[in-house]
Amino acid sequence: MRTVTVVGASLSGLYAARELRAQGFDGRLVVVGDEPHRPYDRPPLSKDYLTGAPDEDPPDLTDDEEFSALDAEWILGVRAAGLDPPGRTVLLADGREVRTDGVVVATGASARGLPMPGGRLAGVHTLRTLDDARALRAELTSGPRRVVVGGGFIGSETASSCARLGHGVTVVEAAPLPLVAQLGPEMAAVCAGLHRRGGVELITGTGVAGLRGTGAGAVDGVELADGRLLPAEVVVVGIGAAPNTGWLAGSTLALRDGVLCDDGCVTALPEVVAVGDVARVGGTRAEHWTSATEQPRTAIRNLLAGHTAERLRPLPYFWSDQYGARIQFAGHRLPGDTVRVAEGTLTDGAPDATGFLALYEREGRTAAVLSIDRPRPFTRVRRELACAAGAVGAESTVRADAS
Amino acid sequence: MIPVCRLDDLPAGESVRVDTAPPIAVFNADGELYAIDDTCTHQDASLSEGWLEGCLVECPLHAASFDLRAGRPTCLPARRAVRTHRVTVEDGVIHVHMAAEEGSAA
Ligand SMILES: Cc1cc2nc3c(=O)[nH]c(=O)nc-3n(C[C@H](O)[C@H](O)[C@H](O)COP(=O)(O)OP(=O)(O)OC[C@H]3O[C@@H](n4cnc5c(N)ncnc54)[C@H](O)[C@@H]3O)c2cc1C
Ligand code: FES
Repeated sequence: MRTVTVVGASLSGLYAARELRAQGFDGRLVVVGDEPHRPYDRPPLSKDYLTGAPDEDPPDLTDDEEFSALDAEWILGVRAAGLDPPGRTVLLADGREVRTDGVVVATGASARGLPMPGGRLAGVHTLRTLDDARALRAELTSGPRRVVVGGGFIGSETASSCARLGHGVTVVEAAPLPLVAQLGPEMAAVCAGLHRRGGVELITGTGVAGLRGTGAGAVDGVELADGRLLPAEVVVVGIGAAPNTGWLAGSTLALRDGVLCDDGCVTALPEVVAVGDVARVGGTRAEHWTSATEQPRTAIRNLLAGHTAERLRPLPYFWSDQYGARIQFAGHRLPGDTVRVAEGTLTDGAPDATGFLALYEREGRTAAVLSIDRPRPFTRVRRELACAAGAVGAESTVRADAS
Repeated sequence: MIPVCRLDDLPAGESVRVDTAPPIAVFNADGELYAIDDTCTHQDASLSEGWLEGCLVECPLHAASFDLRAGRPTCLPARRAVRTHRVTVEDGVIHVHMAAEEGSAA
C-alpha cells in the first residue's frame, strides 16, 4: 500500500493516522477534513470550554511536534465529496482528486436539527463542532432565558454549563426521563435528580411542536406538544447525531445508519475501513470517545493486512460530567436488568458528595456498571467485566512519546 | 516537606491524595513509595483514584498510564509527564518533598 487517505480529521481520524505510522506504514498519508481546524477534542465543548474564557484555546488533540512527526498531507477545510473504489480515488468538493490505495472512513456524525419550522431562527443552536461551541458561548452571555431541547448527554451537559454560568435553564425531554434509553429508569431518575439539584427545570414526556420567532428572525419561544409555550432567547437542540455517510452514496459501500463493517472495522471492500462515530462495527454504532480511540488500532492492522486479521470485542465505556458529578458507565445494559446500589447511598434519589456505585445485574451476573464520583471501584468492576467478556481493544500501539 | 500519613496507613497497592496546591498523589507500589502530581496531564482526573499496577498508574477517566518513577506517560491520551516528588519516611510517617517549581529560587 503506497497511499492511504484518512477522511475525517478529528478524533478517530487522528488516531488512525497515528496507528498507521506506529504500525510501520511509511508511504504517503493524506488526511482530509472539512473543518478548517486541526484535530480537537469534542467532549470539553459541552463542559469546561462552554463556561471558559472567550479567548480560551481550543482543546487540541495534537501539537506541532506530533503534527510534523506524522508526516501527513493535511487537506483541511475541504469536504470529501465521493469515493470511487474501482478508480481508487477520493473526490474532493473543490474538484481535486486524491489517488489512493487504502481509505479510512472517519467522518463522524453531525448534530440533528429540529425538523420543523423555526429550526433555523437566530438563537437556535446545535453543539457538535468548535465553531458551534464558540457561537453558543458568545450568546450565553446575553438573554436571560434558555431552553435545551433533549435531555441526552450533550443536552444535559449544556444545561449544566448554562446553570454554572448562572442562567435560568429549562430542559425539555420527550421521554419520561432523561437518558432512560442509555441508563434505564433507575439511573435515569438519578440524572433527573441532578438537573433539579442544579436548579434546572426539567420537563419530560412532552416533545417540541415548534419554535416561535420574532419579526426580526430571532427565536423567542419554544412551543411544546402539550400546548405550553416556553419563552427563550437561546435554544440549544441536543437530539442526537446522524452519521456522515452522505459523501459515500454511490460508492458500493453498504450504508445503514453508518458504514457497515465487520467486527474488525473492515467494510465490504478490504481496502476501506471505517472507525469512530460513522462506523457500524459488527452491528453496533457507538458514539463514544473511547470507541473512536480504540477502533483505529484494529482497523489499521486489518487495512495493512488486506483482510480481517484482528477483531474487536469492546466493552462500551463512556463518561459524562453534569452539575459537578462525574458519571461513568461501562458494559452492556439490557432492559430488565436489576440495578443494585453496591456502594454509597442515594438520598431522595440523589447521590451525596461521596457518590455511589451501581451494578446492573442479569441472571446473577454483573452486566454493566455505573458510578457517580467513585472512579476506583468503577475501574475495578469495569476491568472485571472486560476480562469476563474477553474484551480486546483497550491498548493502543501508539506510545505517548512516539514523536 | 509535607507529612502525608503513617506508613502503616498506606499499605501496598494503596494511594492517597494530598491537598497541596497543586494536589499530590502518593502511592505504595508493592512497598516502594512514589509521589506525583495528582491531576492527570490530559484532562481533569485525579490519579490517586487511578488503577495501580506495578509502578504504573492508569488514569480513571481515559486510561492514560503514567510511570510513577519518572512521571512519564506510557500511552495516550496523555502526552505530557506529571511532576514527580521525593518521598521519605521519618518516624513511621510518610513525607513528600515538593519538587521546586522550575525557575524558582528554591
Ligand atoms: C459536545 C460533545 C460532547 C461529548 N462528550 C462526550 C463524553 O463526555 N464522553 C464520551 O464518551 N463521548 C463524548 N462525545 C462523543 C465523542 O466526542 C465522539 O464519539 C467522537 O468525537 C467521535 O470521533 P470521530 O472522529 O469518529 O467523529 P467526529 O469527532 O464527528 O469527527 C469527524 C470529522 O470528520 C469531518 N467530516 C465529516 N464529513 C466529512 C467529509 N465528507 N469530508 C471531510 N471531512 C468530513 C467532520 O467535520 C469532523 O471533523 C461528545 C461529543 C460532543 C459533540
Ligand atoms: S484525564 Fe487522564 S487520561 Fe484523560
